[in-house]
Amino acid sequence: MINATTTMESVSYLDHKGKYKGIFAWIFATDHKRIALLYLYAISTFFVIGAILGLLMRLELISPGQTIMTAQTYNGIFTVHGIMMIFMVVIPGLSAIFGNFFLPILIGAKDVAFPRLNLFSWYIFITGSILAVLSQFLRSGPPDTGWTFYAPYSTATGTNVIFATTAAFVLGFSSILTGLNFIVTIHRMRAPKMKFFSMPLFPWSIYATAWIQVLATPIIAITLLMLIAERLFKIGFFDPAYGGDPILFQHMFWIYSHPAVYIMILPAMGVITEIIPTFCQRKVYGYKAIAMSSLAIAGVGYLVWGHHMFTSGMSETARWVFSLLTFIVAIPSAVKVFNWLATMYKGSIDLKPPLLYALSFIFLFSIGGLTGLVLGSLATNIQVHDTSFVVAHFHYIVFGGMGFGFFAALHYWFPKIYGRMYNFRRANIAWGILFVGFNLLYFPLFIIGMQGMPRRYYDYLPQFQTGHVISTIGGIILIIGLFLMIRNLVLGARKGAKAPANPWNGSTLEWQIVSPPPQENFDEDPLIKNNPYDYE
Amino acid sequence: MSENATHITEYKTLGIVLVTLLFFTLITIVVTSFDLAVWNVVLALVIAGTKGFLVVTYFMHIKYESLLLKILVGMVFFLFALILVITFIDYAYR
Amino acid sequence: MENELIHKEETRDDTAAKLGMWIFIFTELLLFGGLFIVYSVFRTQYSREFHQAALELNVTIGAFNTIVLLISSMTIAMALTALQKNNKKLSLRLIGITILMAFVFLVNKYFEWGAKFHHGIYPGSELMMKFEHGHLLYFSLYFFMTGLHALHIIAGMVLLSVIFFRIKKGIIHSEKYVFLENGALYWHLVDLIWIFLFPLLYLIT
Ligand SMILES: [Cu+2]
Repeated sequence: MINATTTMESVSYLDHKGKYKGIFAWIFATDHKRIALLYLYAISTFFVIGAILGLLMRLELISPGQTIMTAQTYNGIFTVHGIMMIFMVVIPGLSAIFGNFFLPILIGAKDVAFPRLNLFSWYIFITGSILAVLSQFLRSGPPDTGWTFYAPYSTATGTNVIFATTAAFVLGFSSILTGLNFIVTIHRMRAPKMKFFSMPLFPWSIYATAWIQVLATPIIAITLLMLIAERLFKIGFFDPAYGGDPILFQHMFWIYSHPAVYIMILPAMGVITEIIPTFCQRKVYGYKAIAMSSLAIAGVGYLVWGHHMFTSGMSETARWVFSLLTFIVAIPSAVKVFNWLATMYKGSIDLKPPLLYALSFIFLFSIGGLTGLVLGSLATNIQVHDTSFVVAHFHYIVFGGMGFGFFAALHYWFPKIYGRMYNFRRANIAWGILFVGFNLLYFPLFIIGMQGMPRRYYDYLPQFQTGHVISTIGGIILIIGLFLMIRNLVLGARKGAKAPANPWNGSTLEWQIVSPPPQENFDEDPLIKNNPYDYE
Repeated sequence: MSENATHITEYKTLGIVLVTLLFFTLITIVVTSFDLAVWNVVLALVIAGTKGFLVVTYFMHIKYESLLLKILVGMVFFLFALILVITFIDYAYR
Repeated sequence: MENELIHKEETRDDTAAKLGMWIFIFTELLLFGGLFIVYSVFRTQYSREFHQAALELNVTIGAFNTIVLLISSMTIAMALTALQKNNKKLSLRLIGITILMAFVFLVNKYFEWGAKFHHGIYPGSELMMKFEHGHLLYFSLYFFMTGLHALHIIAGMVLLSVIFFRIKKGIIHSEKYVFLENGALYWHLVDLIWIFLFPLLYLIT
């Protein structure tokens, strides 16, 4: 088995003393591991705020009519919830936190290619986040357009759209620079003997993600700039009153925002691909297929944006072409799911918390993915378009997929990051509550959505109330589970038992070094295997 | 990838490229001053494309760069063309 | 693999810096690419109005600016050649000429925009609001595209000035010139975008 090749004298990145002291040793740090933690703390904060906003919405919807807030506040809250969760949590989430921390280690590098640019990206991220938060409080009130900023309403509403779109623009810039950094890191910083096809699969998924970040984000950047100019000068691009075309805005918006879904989900898939072989002690089934499917998802995922616009008045031809392309993109996703299951076959499965999260990822993602096909096919789409069916679908993908992937990554790499272990029993309990709460919260939305409950509505017909009540109860349970999970992790980081270098008996490079990793990651050249998942 | 043997583009090459670019600029102005209906757009874009190709190849040294970079540059232009075409599947058939 | 040679730390990796710059250039290309999509959609919808509106632009000014940018693109490429051949003085002079050309471009643009403003044509103006739809969209695109391009010219001038002083101080020299190389790449990008803007806005009438 693998032993820690690092000597015990090396200083961990947490204790390393550099030029600066105290908090400055963190906010001026260029070390990728410290930057990863900066992202972790910022993003977790936004996530908790976003979750609380979500709970407020659920409480409002527990009965028809006004319950705890006015309709305008409700519109503001669902917009803010969307903007925060999308642009500040799930898009940067896995790649900026775990990509930053583990990408260099997994490919045997000492840092990313441009460490200072990396820190700069974090500052841009924080600037954008501050702008987004400010947009909620400035005098004209929080934007009420939904996170999609659809024209022409967004060109006309009196609320703070300019601030919110500027925030999204700035956050996009941070995303681009992170992606750029990772691509160059993977091309130029791999350890000697680390070939592309001997990289673990998490770096592969980060690589595909980084390309989407770099190639899709500029489109939303220019779209948001045009929207801002539209509001400032009436240039008329998206305003039919001046001959502009609101559907063009939808095209431009989704050219980015569909691939953005893969920015969220691909790294989560990468995490799952790391966890399953470790906890089954099996070589990954179909390594190349999984690696290539990441690239395929990135490539085809770029071309399917129109499935968000089936009812917008797009041409008949465009509709079936987009529907076809959407079905094609399901293939590489399915390749991954089948390969994970095949990896587990005949493995010695060890049901520890990271694997519990990973398995629930597969379950929830499959539900989200299959309902995605319901939305991708033309006829059924028109029935459920803009209903809570859509809300349920994308929460199964984004929260059930990316969110649970994030929790899985957190529980998997926690001992490596902090050098301590959390309590397993409490982690299992928190997982159970989260999983039950999640399904109670979102599954009823599929049903009432099919029955015709529109999304984003403040008020509804009494027949939908049962579904809404169950959903709200699920939301409360989910928040309790979330709280228990965070509490357990915080306790673990503070007082948990010291973690060994390789607590899960993993085979990839991060488990060859001590926990927490030394400042320079590798004190000696790491041992690189041809196949990173060498268990047999 | 030839790491250390950097290619130095000669002044003369750069000069020739500039003259060619200026020549194409003249052509495109002359050609588009006639009314050739749709062909105006086609010709102007073909000439602009040629000029762009020269700039990328010689001024930006893509000719002497690694295969990786060449593929990436090609990929980006291809991707843009693809998005444009797919967008027009909507607009052309409305 | 080629990486074995340069993996060891402390080794400067110019290829990485250049790859990073190219990826950045891709993002810029797609940024303008988004605008070209908008342009093509409106052009097909309003080809008659675009045709007429384009006649109101002065081809001579546009052509002059095209020539200025093409020459500046060559001078910055030559500046790199000069530095690689260890001719610091010539390199500095050529970068100076490039920045000067950029300045000429902006002055020219200033007068061109100024004349339009003088005639009451500017984004949000009363006159423009009265235009036919296609006519309005053409001028909106004109101001948006050339404006964004002019911002890139300014950014390029700042970048090249920084490079100018770094060469003067000897921070960038004939053995370590990747910064100049990247700055030149950026400048070529600005030129490249103009190569497409010029016919689309001025010529296709
Ligand atoms: Cu989509």
